[in-house]
Amino acid sequence: MNNNSHEARLALIKSKLKMRYAKEKIFKTLGIAAIVVALSMLVILFASIISTGYSAFQQTFIKLDITLEMEEIDPENTGDIEVMSRADYAGIVKSTLRQMFPDVKDRREKRDLYSIVSFGAAFQLRDMVMADPGIIGKTLTVWVPADDDLDMYMKGHIKAGEEGSGRIKEQKLEWINTLIDNGAIEKRFNTALFTNGDSREPELAGIWGAAVGSIYTMLVTLLLSFPLGVATAVYLEEFAPKNIWTDIIEVNINNLAAVPSIVFGLLGLAVFLNFFGLPRSAPIVGALVLTLMTLPTIIIASRASLLAVPPSIREGALGVGASKMQSVMHHVLPLALPGMLTGTIIGMARALGETAPLLMIGMVAFIVDIPTGIFDKATVLPVQIYLWADSPERAFMERTSAAIIVLLGFLLIMNAAAVILRKKFEQRW
Amino acid sequence: MKHITLFIVIVILSAVGYYLGRIRSVKAVKGEIRTLHSLPGYYGFYVALWCGIPALIVLVLWIVFQSSIITSLVVSALPSDIQNLSPDRLSLVINDIRNIADGIIVSETPDVFLLKAAEHYNGLKGVGYLALAAVLLSFCTAGLAYGMRKIVPSMRARVNVERTMQVLMVLCSTVAIFTTIGIVLSVIFESIRFFNQIPVTDFLFGLKWSPQMAIRPDQVGADGSFGMVPLLAGTLMISGIAMLIAVPIGLMSAIYMSEYAADRVRTVVKPILEILAGIPTVVYGFFAALTVAPFIRNIGSQIGLEVSSESALAAGLVMGIMIIPFISSFSDDVINAVPQSLRDASLGIGATKSETVVRVVIPAALPGIVGSVLLGVSRAIGETMIVVMAAGLTANLTANPFAAVTTFTVQIVTLLVGDQEFDSPKTQAAFALGLVLFVITLCLNIIALYVVRKYREEYE
Repeated sequence: MNNNSHEARLALIKSKLKMRYAKEKIFKTLGIAAIVVALSMLVILFASIISTGYSAFQQTFIKLDITLEMEEIDPENTGDIEVMSRADYAGIVKSTLRQMFPDVKDRREKRDLYSIVSFGAAFQLRDMVMADPGIIGKTLTVWVPADDDLDMYMKGHIKAGEEGSGRIKEQKLEWINTLIDNGAIEKRFNTALFTNGDSREPELAGIWGAAVGSIYTMLVTLLLSFPLGVATAVYLEEFAPKNIWTDIIEVNINNLAAVPSIVFGLLGLAVFLNFFGLPRSAPIVGALVLTLMTLPTIIIASRASLLAVPPSIREGALGVGASKMQSVMHHVLPLALPGMLTGTIIGMARALGETAPLLMIGMVAFIVDIPTGIFDKATVLPVQIYLWADSPERAFMERTSAAIIVLLGFLLIMNAAAVILRKKFEQRW
Repeated sequence: MKHITLFIVIVILSAVGYYLGRIRSVKAVKGEIRTLHSLPGYYGFYVALWCGIPALIVLVLWIVFQSSIITSLVVSALPSDIQNLSPDRLSLVINDIRNIADGIIVSETPDVFLLKAAEHYNGLKGVGYLALAAVLLSFCTAGLAYGMRKIVPSMRARVNVERTMQVLMVLCSTVAIFTTIGIVLSVIFESIRFFNQIPVTDFLFGLKWSPQMAIRPDQVGADGSFGMVPLLAGTLMISGIAMLIAVPIGLMSAIYMSEYAADRVRTVVKPILEILAGIPTVVYGFFAALTVAPFIRNIGSQIGLEVSSESALAAGLVMGIMIIPFISSFSDDVINAVPQSLRDASLGIGATKSETVVRVVIPAALPGIVGSVLLGVSRAIGETMIVVMAAGLTANLTANPFAAVTTFTVQIVTLLVGDQEFDSPKTQAAFALGLVLFVITLCLNIIALYVVRKYREEYE
């Protein structure tokens, strides 16, 4: 009887065992599936950005044999730079194009013809003449950037047919084919992308202006947030008495770490711009806002790394007669510094990718010039990405992706530096 | 740029002060350093602090207040009929003056008084800078001289320097408090002005959001309505979709990583997952607008669904991807913090691993997991760029995830980017929305921290 019920129970357990193992398998598969989904999202994200962006690193150029006639640039042979800079270079480019395609007569056709070359060609010519007036009167072979539509066509992003939504006219196609046959059209590395400021013309637009803005902003952010964050962490961890006051500070820091970034933007707008009257769109204001944003990150990381330094270090220093401040400054802080730097780099990487608060303080303006100081109007890389993403031209889409690739590259370098720093100086006590 | 030069000069003078102080302290005891109260370096720091800190305080004060001082001086020199203009008009005039003074070409030929004022402005700026330089230099030298005079062998230089450093540290640590106060004051001030024009109840419970204010009273759609319910609904819908993606995926991957995965897999996969957290949100926004939204719309049109190109689904989905690593790394930590003895006991009485996880580990880790989800929700609600780039602008009160909805953050950005008119309910509404956003996220964070802290006390 007893034996029987025991066997019956065993049979019951065994019969359920299969189902339980099956459930176990399903559970484990679900876990793997979750990770696979998350990782594949990452892959899709990168693939979609890179596949749209890689072609922006090349730009279509058109070869023009340009004769710089003296009477068109400097008719009275004054040799005056002023006169030369005011000459009609666009006209020279146009007449060169007419010479290349002599059978274009119709007004509208002419206008179409002129539009295969970028506006930037005229500026390029002017800069060449400014740099070396001796080339006036000579015939030069110049590669000028093609218009963005033509560039998109050459890269296969838009098709031939009636012009309009992503198409290029049949007639332009003929000219392009002639150019290809003459070897007068070529894709080259797009240096303009890395050296120019923003522009309304995609083929002239570059990220250098935004990159310089980012550099200024990050530099000031670092100079402000690192000393502030480290000093706060040292005070709270090493000196502060445990009282209501320090509790308030701690709660504040933890809350600030989770306040949405756009609220920091509102703070910047109301306090720095409207109350203190600092200039709009300036890196200094962006840096102040980002400093307040990154401070909690730096403080929390710094405190963790101070906490990791064993008390024996402090006691040893105090034991041989160092003051409290000396034990901290000479012994604890140097040991905690690598961890603090790691936290700072991670905080800076986050600040570098931050967009929303900077929109609030006007760093979203269209700025062509490269900023020369922290009080100049400027924009930053992520905001530039946002601005380009909003532009309707197809060519800006690939440039947006290219700018994202550059930004992600910077972030990757910073995070790799943090990881290496942590690996190299990691100390287990 | 000029101020940076001054800053560098102050730093150099302080360095000089350090060396002078050091030398003087050694001389004061004729090389017998033993008889000094502190090490010579502390006397140096003492002088350097006296030299640098007062001058730096003056410099910062000047940078903060110079523009308002100079502007008010320029305004007071303007002809009286211009001074009596309304504040908005006056600020336009001031802008013109600044532009002319900075050499930015104003399209029409400016009035004579503008040119004069610009000249005056530039003159004041120059004078101000010279005065500042003179004041700073005198502060530096005075501080230096005072510090040097104080040096005697019995002076407790180290104590003084250390006390000063500690005061500086305390000041640094109050920045966090001032930030919070600044945030609260800046949103509350503007919100109060907003609520003076629009009743609070209309804002909190109004069902229509269309922040158009009439320029002329007879304009079409002149009455702006500021009811935040559609925004709240939109925000909650997008955040909800995001959490539907992020919680299962994040939690399951955390469970797999901490309970099943081999160490090798863990060390590789975990940092890769955390890359997702490091990608800037503007990149996610571009991804949502470029890839995900068209994809969802195509699928929708194939199965005969009308999907807006700015659907809540696309924004929510991408936001969910962004939040996965927050949930997973936080849950990973709390699952790892569950004592091994609990698992061993469960496995020892014959439970399978999944049964152990579901019936023992997760209940034990639940407060931490709930905390991480709450933090994730607060992040989703405050997220800006993804919704700005991928969600809609018009406020729809709908429960359809394929329709375009708008959120708090989108409205704040649209109201404040571009041309602003101060004192209009439009811009103040943005601050009121910011206040709501701040309060919601603050509550979520406090609840989350409370839940997590309570849980931690149980095991440690």
